[in-house]
Amino acid sequence: MIVTEKSKDRNTLIEVQDLKQYFPVNNGLFRKKYVKAVDGVSFHIERGETLGLVGESGCGKTTAGRSILRLYEPTGGRIIYDGTDITRVDMKPYRQKMQIVFQDPYASLDPRMTVGDIIGEPIDINNLAGSKKERNDMIMEMLQRVGLNSEHANRYPHEFSGGQRQRIGIARALAVNPEFIVCDEPISALDVSIQAQIVNMFEELQEKMGLTYLFIAHDISVVKHISNRIGVMYLGRLVELAESNEIVFHSVHPYTRSLISAVPIPDPESGRKRKRIVLEGDVPSPLDPPSGCHFRTRCPYADERCKTEEPKLIRVSNGHYAACHHLDRVREN
Amino acid sequence: MTASGTLLILNLRIRGVNVSKTLLDIKNLRLSFFTPQGEVKALNDVSVSMQEGDVLGIVGESGSGKSVTASSIMGLVSHPGRIIGGTIEFNGHRIHEMSEKEMRNIRGKEVSMIFQDPITSLNPVYTIGNQIREVIYLHTDLNKQQAYERSVELLKLVGINEPERRLKQYPHELSGGMRQRVMIAIALACEPKLLIADEPTTALDVTIQAQIIELMMELKRKINMSIIMITHDLGIVASMCNKIVVMYAGKVVEAGTTDEIFYNPKHEYTKGLLRSIPRINSEKHEKLVPIDGTPVDMLNPPEGCPFAPRCEKCMKICLRRMPEFTQITSTHKSACWLLQKEVFEQKRREGK
Repeated sequence: MIVTEKSKDRNTLIEVQDLKQYFPVNNGLFRKKYVKAVDGVSFHIERGETLGLVGESGCGKTTAGRSILRLYEPTGGRIIYDGTDITRVDMKPYRQKMQIVFQDPYASLDPRMTVGDIIGEPIDINNLAGSKKERNDMIMEMLQRVGLNSEHANRYPHEFSGGQRQRIGIARALAVNPEFIVCDEPISALDVSIQAQIVNMFEELQEKMGLTYLFIAHDISVVKHISNRIGVMYLGRLVELAESNEIVFHSVHPYTRSLISAVPIPDPESGRKRKRIVLEGDVPSPLDPPSGCHFRTRCPYADERCKTEEPKLIRVSNGHYAACHHLDRVREN
Repeated sequence: MTASGTLLILNLRIRGVNVSKTLLDIKNLRLSFFTPQGEVKALNDVSVSMQEGDVLGIVGESGSGKSVTASSIMGLVSHPGRIIGGTIEFNGHRIHEMSEKEMRNIRGKEVSMIFQDPITSLNPVYTIGNQIREVIYLHTDLNKQQAYERSVELLKLVGINEPERRLKQYPHELSGGMRQRVMIAIALACEPKLLIADEPTTALDVTIQAQIIELMMELKRKINMSIIMITHDLGIVASMCNKIVVMYAGKVVEAGTTDEIFYNPKHEYTKGLLRSIPRINSEKHEKLVPIDGTPVDMLNPPEGCPFAPRCEKCMKICLRRMPEFTQITSTHKSACWLLQKEVFEQKRREGK
């Protein structure tokens, strides 16, 4: 576990310490196995900051986001919100401060509710509106804030396009005036030309409302664009954490390096010049991860030590952490 | 086609010799879906052509007609869709006139397709080996033993280890990347002239995506086939393709070589698309410039240029009539009134 430098800083909004989230899987009659979806992850997010989480499917990034919101009961570790340990407390008062925007704008909106009611529901639950008129005004304000207009309130989700639905999902999250939003792949289901609209909106809302984001996505170009810092996950563990440009241009973990080099660049010239590190094989099953370093089965630097010893996240430079036994060798290349 | 004719064509296919020959020529293709809500003009006057050895990228957002273009080449357009005009010529065949029976001889043999989601495109109740052999038996005279050897060879070709064991496995026992490799193996079983890849990596992780792209390019060199890559990811087309067609709302709006499209885009939609994507290789934080508005409702498409309602430089005429193509170079063309205007003004100046 790393001790974050700013753990006592007033600026830290969320701190996650050694978070563990295991899911039981019944395997046969008596044997019980666990999928260690998140296995000892620690990081902090500062107020007003965007922390990006990237990784391939099954790496635990979504689970991490949901555990922080206590949508799952964490198996171990601590979640500290604004100085208070919320790992085991009643979440009701915190739901208003912590919200989530989901990936699939088609599945995350109730098809039988009008847009007004969808946005109004969190307002009702938290008793934020004194009167009907006030409730209505709040809904209108939210719609406006996400670039929709008031007449949309009486319509149903199916009448909207994917991008507009995602706006509705964002308006619902904003309705309770939260401080922190987990954005779980909020743009992956959208068309390229619409993605930029939503990304810009997230940025504008952050500026206006002072929001803090945990931005989870597999599209590294987008995460790099929106995040101040990026955490890279592999099979339930955080393998590297640093400032965005640092991750993209000066990463030291072999997995991060290959991940970044695999992102296709929309520029033929630099695409041709670039050296690609193509990884061998697939991501191992999370049910039965390799011993020691999880990445060793696909890592060109792996040796005996990686088999037996799990690498800890260590400080590489100021604010840059990586978990690898062979950082020196990787950096030589 | 007679047996001797087939042989002749097989003999003529000398590998490694790169004579530039038109492989695919789609002209003024119109295709509509007749739905209860009305006619959806999925393809409206689409012309695409490619030479042998080309890697052609078709980009566009959902509903732009890129996948329908691909299915029409495969002869896979089904009810309520219908080709209502135009021609498709592929490798000497007039696809638009062929019957289903004739199409079956070509499909899988001269042109193959791989799809976005390998789990739904593979049959869950048959083994991998069974599904590969099916294509081999259909198009060649190989016997059981030879077909088995060929399937092992194919799996090796697409980089699957322990091919003998994999042949006995079912699709659900493989990972996503593996399944896509199997799909490619099936598609390549008869060494087609053209491989159509419809968003083949969208469902895959980025490191696996890199593997599949690498594999496709390597196979292209090995068996000298052409590829049509359908995707919405401009990064993928930039790294794979030598030609690009940009589609919007069932129309081709711009076509050119990869460098022309990326470094000298002429259509406002192409320009907008390029401005709206974040670049991983830039250190500065540049604000993205999105394309405003929402994609076209294909049931009620606007008159004139389909992009006009979202275009910043929209003029009166854009809303009324679709512009003709302006030829910028011999390989680069774009359909935009602004270009027509330029051409007109230039002519007038020269006239004086």
